[in-house]
Amino acid sequence: MRMTDSARPSDGFDVAYVARLARLHLEENERAQLQGQLEQILSYVDALKEADVSGLAPMIQAVETENVLRSDEVSPGVDREAALANAPEHRLGLFIVPRILE
Amino acid sequence: MSWQADIGLEIHVQLRTRTKMFCGCPNAFGAEPNTHVCPTCLGYPGTLPVANADAIRLTVRSGMLLDSTIGLRSKFDRKNYFYPDVSKNYQITQYDEPLCIGGHLDIVVDGQTRRIGITRIHLEEDVAKNIHFGSDSGVDFNRAGTPLMEIVTEPDLHTPEEALAFLQALKQVLQYGEVSDCNLEQGNIRCDINCSVRQVGAERLGTKTELKNMNTFRGVFRALQHEIPRQIRELERGRSIVQETRRWDEASGRTEAMRGKEDAHDYRYFPEPDLPPVQLTEEEVARWRAELPELPVARRARLVQAHGLPEYDAGVLVADKEVADFFEAALQAGAPAKAASNWIMTELLARVSETGASIHSLRITPAALASLLQLVEKKVINGPTAKEVLALVLAEGGEPEAIVKQRGLAQVSDTGALEAFAAQAISANPKSVADYQAGKPAAFEFLVGQVMRLSRGKANPQLVRELLKKQLG
Ligand SMILES: [Zn+2]
Repeated sequence: MRMTDSARPSDGFDVAYVARLARLHLEENERAQLQGQLEQILSYVDALKEADVSGLAPMIQAVETENVLRSDEVSPGVDREAALANAPEHRLGLFIVPRILE
Repeated sequence: MSWQADIGLEIHVQLRTRTKMFCGCPNAFGAEPNTHVCPTCLGYPGTLPVANADAIRLTVRSGMLLDSTIGLRSKFDRKNYFYPDVSKNYQITQYDEPLCIGGHLDIVVDGQTRRIGITRIHLEEDVAKNIHFGSDSGVDFNRAGTPLMEIVTEPDLHTPEEALAFLQALKQVLQYGEVSDCNLEQGNIRCDINCSVRQVGAERLGTKTELKNMNTFRGVFRALQHEIPRQIRELERGRSIVQETRRWDEASGRTEAMRGKEDAHDYRYFPEPDLPPVQLTEEEVARWRAELPELPVARRARLVQAHGLPEYDAGVLVADKEVADFFEAALQAGAPAKAASNWIMTELLARVSETGASIHSLRITPAALASLLQLVEKKVINGPTAKEVLALVLAEGGEPEAIVKQRGLAQVSDTGALEAFAAQAISANPKSVADYQAGKPAAFEFLVGQVMRLSRGKANPQLVRELLKKQLG
């Protein structure tokens, strides 16, 4: 199956659209299955929409902190060999990925 | 029908910090691929970003230089997309609470000053570099996570000339602010262009196209020179402009619609839960404001006042901070101000524009220029010899005084020797002598030239003239 070139859906959940944004390839049967499952998950979240949050500031973090900053000083990183060892493919010191269409 | 273009720029500026935005890897150009990486900038699960305080300071400083309002409270957000230039599948940026809001920068085009609005300045992380091979692509994460400041302008620019003038003025401010090295070859400044056209007098802006990833100012200029007439042609043919991302192809001199990374953006921004908000204090901001470096306008006035330079000269020198720095370093090394300014404006800047390199990459140092100009001032060498020595220093480096000594270039001011040369020139050129006596000034210049030749260019020209006049009666 090819990804559909659907535009952003006006309402509802479209698994094909989300899969395309995430660069995921889904077979027809997977698409149908995931559409149903994800709709169900989203419906749980819908329950939250019923809460009255007017007048409340959005909570971004569980713990209220601010200004956790670092000074501009170099700290050790990882060796290239170690970093590349996790890659499915590497060459010339680069991580190799499928050809990118630019 | 007459048309007007409306151009807005989104300018990405790499900040001059030692380390990346959210980890301690070096922020440095030109290293072997993937040697400035760590679990954070490689996007390993479980790692946490911590913001670089200096990057925040530099962004706020840029806002001050552009008269922005500093957002005392700001936060970071995630911009989600899937592409191999970002390891985490999101880029950390600032969406709705940027560090700087509003502001402006004045540009001068054809003698007219125009004030261009700044919408906002925010801080984000740069992405990895992709290298394309025939059948696959490579990813280098050295640049990933380095601090990137984005300056967004209002669509206040109307011509390619104005866009170019804006970029040049902005570069000057950022260089003076010591915010960025502004090295275009190293991609320190990259920009996206939003461009639309409308009929003159129409109230609403036309549909815009976006030109992505411009990395030279000339490219911006040329792309707009192409894109504006393209849009006008489309509209005059009764077609409409498609809102799309286009790419400027320098080789063909055309813009073309782009697919791939940019064709489906639905970034689903949301607040970055791993980074607490940034809360600046009034005192902190006031302290940063007090630390602002001298700007071009002030520096220009100071050069005029302290060194008696003409306004024009001071303007040329301060246009590029590196040139003004070079000039002041030469003065510190003992160069006379007016001579240094003349030599920099003519000889050195000619060389800079020939090679396109910075003045600091020339082989002459400010100290060497000072030494050369002192030799001229003390009449050890004359002007033409000084140019010769300069050419040698530019080609091979070295110390002017040593070169003069080594090559025997010191000026001949020995009256005895010069009298002999003058006598020789007079007896060898009776026709010129007769012409001179008949009142032809050109004949005198010819005789001066002959004496200079006999001295192999080393005679003190002032003295030669005096001696010739005396001998010719
Ligand atoms: Zn890192």
